[in-house]
Amino acid sequence: MIIDLPSTTTSQVNSKLVEVREQGGAVALGRVLTLVIVTDDGTKTEEAIAAANEASREHPCRVIVLAKGARKAAARLDAQIRVGGDAGASEVIVLRLYGPLAEQAASCTVPLLLPDAPVVAWWPSEAPEVPAEDPIGQLAARRITDSAAEKNPIKALDQRRKSYAEGDTDLAWTRLTNWRAQLASALDLPPFEKITSATVVGESDSPSTELLAGWLAWSLKIPVTRAKATSGEGIVQVYLERRSGPVELVRPDGKTGTLTQAGQPERRIALQRRTVRDCLSEELRRLDPDEIYEAALKAAAKVVKGRAPSAKSAAKPAAAKAAPKAAASKAAAPKAKAKAPADKPAADKPDTAKPARKAAAKKVTAKADS
Amino acid sequence: MTSGLRAWRNPLRDERDKRLPRIAGPCGLVIFGVTGDLSRKKLMPAIYDLANRGLLPPGFALTGFARRDWANEDFGEVVHQAIKDHARTPYRPEVWAQLSEGIRFVQGTFDDDNAFDELARTVRELDEQRGTGGNHAFYLSIPPGAFPVVTKQLARSGLAAQDSEQWRRVVIEKPFGHDLRSAKELNNVVNDVFPEESVFRIDHYLGKETVQNILALRFANQLFEPIWNANYVDHVQITMAEDIGLGGRAGYYDGIGAARDVIQNHLLQLLALTAMEEPVSFHPRALRAEKVKVLSATRAQGPFDETTSRGQYTGGWQGGQKVPGLLEEGGFAPDSITETYAGITLEVNTRRWAGVPFYLRHGKRLGRKVTEIAVVFKRAPHLPFDSTATEELGENALVIRVQPDEGVTMRFGSKVPGNTMEVRDVTMDFGYGHAFTESSPEAYERLILDVLLGEPSLFPMNEEVELSWQILDPVLKHWESQGAPEPYAPGSWGPPSADAMLARTGRHWRRP
Repeated sequence: MIIDLPSTTTSQVNSKLVEVREQGGAVALGRVLTLVIVTDDGTKTEEAIAAANEASREHPCRVIVLAKGARKAAARLDAQIRVGGDAGASEVIVLRLYGPLAEQAASCTVPLLLPDAPVVAWWPSEAPEVPAEDPIGQLAARRITDSAAEKNPIKALDQRRKSYAEGDTDLAWTRLTNWRAQLASALDLPPFEKITSATVVGESDSPSTELLAGWLAWSLKIPVTRAKATSGEGIVQVYLERRSGPVELVRPDGKTGTLTQAGQPERRIALQRRTVRDCLSEELRRLDPDEIYEAALKAAAKVVKGRAPSAKSAAKPAAAKAAPKAAASKAAAPKAKAKAPADKPAADKPDTAKPARKAAAKKVTAKADS
Repeated sequence: MTSGLRAWRNPLRDERDKRLPRIAGPCGLVIFGVTGDLSRKKLMPAIYDLANRGLLPPGFALTGFARRDWANEDFGEVVHQAIKDHARTPYRPEVWAQLSEGIRFVQGTFDDDNAFDELARTVRELDEQRGTGGNHAFYLSIPPGAFPVVTKQLARSGLAAQDSEQWRRVVIEKPFGHDLRSAKELNNVVNDVFPEESVFRIDHYLGKETVQNILALRFANQLFEPIWNANYVDHVQITMAEDIGLGGRAGYYDGIGAARDVIQNHLLQLLALTAMEEPVSFHPRALRAEKVKVLSATRAQGPFDETTSRGQYTGGWQGGQKVPGLLEEGGFAPDSITETYAGITLEVNTRRWAGVPFYLRHGKRLGRKVTEIAVVFKRAPHLPFDSTATEELGENALVIRVQPDEGVTMRFGSKVPGNTMEVRDVTMDFGYGHAFTESSPEAYERLILDVLLGEPSLFPMNEEVELSWQILDPVLKHWESQGAPEPYAPGSWGPPSADAMLARTGRHWRRP
């Protein structure tokens, strides 16, 4: 059921909500959180609502969508209430804010928050500079951004690092979980050896690749090289060097990963790119500060740019001694040639150069990345 | 592997990192009785769902063993169909492609030495080709009568042999025997070949989110535990009702009956979780210790003529359909005395529960399908109202709805609107199903993953099984001498004796 309330106030919305609940029985009970989605009044809005509705099947919530319309128009609040079949296991309140009101979204949100339940803010596309200081961000215990959906993902990630506050999280990080899980379980098994160096290869504008490199650098306390992929989507390859031979996880097609370890058969893993809906569900599962994300985000700044290891060296344990070239040169060619790199990792001193690349601005479409 | 793990701390794991799921290490699963209903409707879809969620190890292998003359591809086709029909998560060709590479089929009967040698060869091959590392679980989805021969074959062909580098586990399903003696025999047969820590007894109820939530409800809250004892609780009712009959299940059910089929395992496990003391930790050993303690303190209360109820459904109309009685169902003996309704009264002889009866009931063709635990509280010792004001006030109750419509209901008194003081029962609902679980994993997913991870918390161990039989055996023995069970109409809530067993102490069954 969809109820339109044009040119209205939040108290009218509230009384309508109570009325709907009384008519339709106890539809609004058992909510565990309020999810505030901040968007522009564009096509992306419906996609975000659909994702939130799906996620609400695991986390029943009230969804408040703040769609900011034309700033030049006269101040006006249009509301729409969706319940039942149009709202998954949630109730959706879409607030379209025009004119000066668009800058005062928090004042329209406060009266509609569920009592006592935690508030989660989500910016599906462009996020504020400092989410924790944003008026909506201040209401929320958890602030979800998506740097992959911004115009310049790498720059956005840099900004996240500068503005990090407890409770911040980014979907670029969530998209990594499967990769991280596979790598962690690869190291659960013998040989129990220290990883000496690592290389992460991914699309040049993939913030998930940056975070993965940061996470590895932080948790393994080793130099990590970040290289650009010539083909593939999102994260393409992770290469961990250790004495008895490397561990390599490659996903050339964005769907199926191949795990290669010295002395063991090649194994294929379903490693499809995750949908926003899936990521949002995971995000809503925990509402406490994510220390690991913070550490990975900060370490990502120290990751060295370099070349991708050749495909041959990883597949053959014979080439075990060959380590990927980890020189912090700016000459990192976008095309890594298939020759076995022979240098020892040279990145004892992590390069402090920012991983942000100007070239990354070429893609502007918001897309799933990981 | 375990000794190595202790010294090795995986640098990529951090206890603060709650996102990382636990993925099973390299391993394979061998299913016996792969052509059965359970295998097609639950096991195969659960395996696919696990793969889809990225929780299966890379290179996971699934081997089927059955009498059918199938090639690997035929079996793969069966699995494929089962997944398409029953999987919970959306179908993805790439997940299937990856899973199907590890699918094998071995044809043979349980007494065929060659077939088991072939199976051993297949498993070794998988270790080489897929890197399953010698870690294999055997899922015995077969009648318990076949257990001895299959476990012996597994031992003979060397499939059951494990060492510190690789594990072998066996998964078995109910019934775990039909009385204490046979349960012990069965445990001996299985433990002969597999040590107890490698035996996983599946009780799918324990894989349900709501059942696991009993522990959270009790031990994570300050609200309930202080009143969770004989000082405040009047009695506890544990109900598992089904609205379907037994058509087509005669082979399994005739001679077994409702008490053995459900009370011995599911309901006594629910009782253990409801009545146990707080475990010192959530370590599997601590949890089992508490369950064993409470089960060992539990007895059936007599005289059984008055405290138990035994019924059999007759033909009639139920829910708009004409349904046959048990005796008319195909396959049952026309003079079968198998009960389809069983109700028993238990006492838990601990300080916490002394004097609080636990009523357990299970039946087929009852009013509706429901499983719930109702903790019914004593009335307030003093009511400062006129007697007329509280005439309609019942007892407070806390109901844990296990299925369907998972959640918790609380019943308490509330003032009826108006200018007189009148108090009446109202209910407050927490819809867990409406909430967290709508897209939460199937019980089998959780349990299969736990088997592969070697996480035994949710599996009853042999001692629990034997204690459960010890509780139930006296009742079963008494019933043996009672002849035919009492008839009850389909769609009702059981025979008259069911009501009588509570009415004798002034109580009554809650209508679920």
